[in-house]
Amino acid sequence: MTLAPGKQQIRFIIKPMVFVLAILPLTLLCLRVLGIYGATLGPNPIETVQDYLGIWGLRFILISLSITPAAWLIKKPWPIRLRRMLGLFAFTYCSLHFLAWLVLDQSLDISAIISDVIKRPFITLGTLALLLLIPLAVTSTKGWQKRLGARWTNLHRLVYPAAVLICWHYYWQVKLDTIDALLYCAVLAVLLGVRLWKRKRL
Amino acid sequence: MLIKVPQKNTPAPSEIASETEYQNRRSFIRSMGFVGASALLGGTACAQENPPETRSLGPLLKSQYSTNQTENSYTDITQYNNFYEFGTSKEDPYENSGQFQPMPWSVRIEGAADITGDFSYEDIIQSHALEERIYRMRCVEAWSMVIPWVGIPLGDILKRFKPTSNAKYVSFETVYRPSEMPGQRRPILDWPYREGLTIEEAMHPLTILAVGIFDKSLPNQNGAPLRLVVPWKYGFKSIKSINKIGFTETPPATTWNDAGPNEYGFYANVNPEVDHPRWSQARERRIGGSLFDAKQPTLMFNGYADEVASLYSGLDLQRNF
Ligand code: HEM
Repeated sequence: MTLAPGKQQIRFIIKPMVFVLAILPLTLLCLRVLGIYGATLGPNPIETVQDYLGIWGLRFILISLSITPAAWLIKKPWPIRLRRMLGLFAFTYCSLHFLAWLVLDQSLDISAIISDVIKRPFITLGTLALLLLIPLAVTSTKGWQKRLGARWTNLHRLVYPAAVLICWHYYWQVKLDTIDALLYCAVLAVLLGVRLWKRKRL
Repeated sequence: MLIKVPQKNTPAPSEIASETEYQNRRSFIRSMGFVGASALLGGTACAQENPPETRSLGPLLKSQYSTNQTENSYTDITQYNNFYEFGTSKEDPYENSGQFQPMPWSVRIEGAADITGDFSYEDIIQSHALEERIYRMRCVEAWSMVIPWVGIPLGDILKRFKPTSNAKYVSFETVYRPSEMPGQRRPILDWPYREGLTIEEAMHPLTILAVGIFDKSLPNQNGAPLRLVVPWKYGFKSIKSINKIGFTETPPATTWNDAGPNEYGFYANVNPEVDHPRWSQARERRIGGSLFDAKQPTLMFNGYADEVASLYSGLDLQRNF
């Protein structure tokens, strides 16, 4: 593949490919929900669905955050054109993770939901992170980008604190074996670190 | 009496090779992050390829202590486990316990008792009748199951060793075999796993030493060949694959209490009113339900309050959690 695809190539080949790849985890989950090809959700289906959506939410946050450094690395701006779609996938997986908790795990029991959000620090962190992501999803359109101008970039820097909160949320809910959570934290640290480093050098 | 334990059977080289290859394939699938894809192959790629044989245990006595709630399936009970000796995910014990050789087995009895020493598995259980005990099992992670155990009241076994008046507590230890228990190769807990009960708890008729589930011997991932079951306490108290039992005067150190003293107490009685610092214990998820089943309320002492509440009269359960 050439490193600088043209506008048309991005629009008609790369973007659809990325879309299909990004929706694949959700498709696989649906197959498991429906029990197609003997796939199952295992003995604890609600936990499976919720954890699966949460981890993919985090993965897409990290993938979205690697686009800019990737563009720096190859010294070409074209990957930036994939960033909005990947960010919206991140938001989708995060929202579905939250909805799974609300509907499947808590069965929409409002008092239990409120008490958990207030009393359980790891859930408070998750909620804050999701709240930070909402304005980013809303203002992701071209129209909002134009309207906000330079402020748009500043607003979208909210993804950095949101990502930190998510990693913390993940780490805090682990019972004992934090190795996986720490690996994700390390990836985030690198992605935020290269930004600081780049800034210092400018 | 000292019984010499013969060498364990070693698997044929061909078996080792296929197992390694199988593990490599699994970790490759995992490392690709295709959790869904590997699960899609469920039943083929995920299944333990050579599940060790379980033996049938013959006629069992019924017990007044059994619940009539619906039992979980054999699949649920043997494929959703916490047994960190085989890894920290729920599937790990099922997938990684194939190398474990539970037989022959011996248990060291030590401490404040007239009779101590090493005893074979057969010595420990042979003179007792096996009972079926269908118990609720409540994990500290807020999920629960109903499990048809096969076992012997622990008190009946312990009495044979004639504990002295100094025996105020009973300590238990899980075998330490990192070559067969891959989870023990990481210092995630302070191996070997240790647990303990007061002598009154150990002698309580609900407390059993289990040797099987569903009238079959225990599968490795459920704590073969011998494990504790204390149904009114969180699951981590019910220590698995026991090879040491001691009678002590002071409270024995216990693994989860050492790992997180403010999260896991010595007693660890199921109590909906005392939350885990990070999550609520008021409700529990019954394993084996559908996507839309609601949680159910957790009961004091896991529903065994009539039998055991008197053990704790006068004890502040908020502080002694
Ligand atoms: C904002 C984006 C969020 C992301 C990326 C995220 C990600 C994650 C991840 C990776 C896990 C661990 C899954 C595992 O153990 O494998 C997790 C667990 C969890 N999250 Fe989130 N989370 C987010 C927001 C939320 C929100 C808003 C809530 C609820 C208000 C929430 C509730 C939970 C709960 C209850 C668990 C524990 C599930 C369990 O016990 O298995 N999360 N989350």
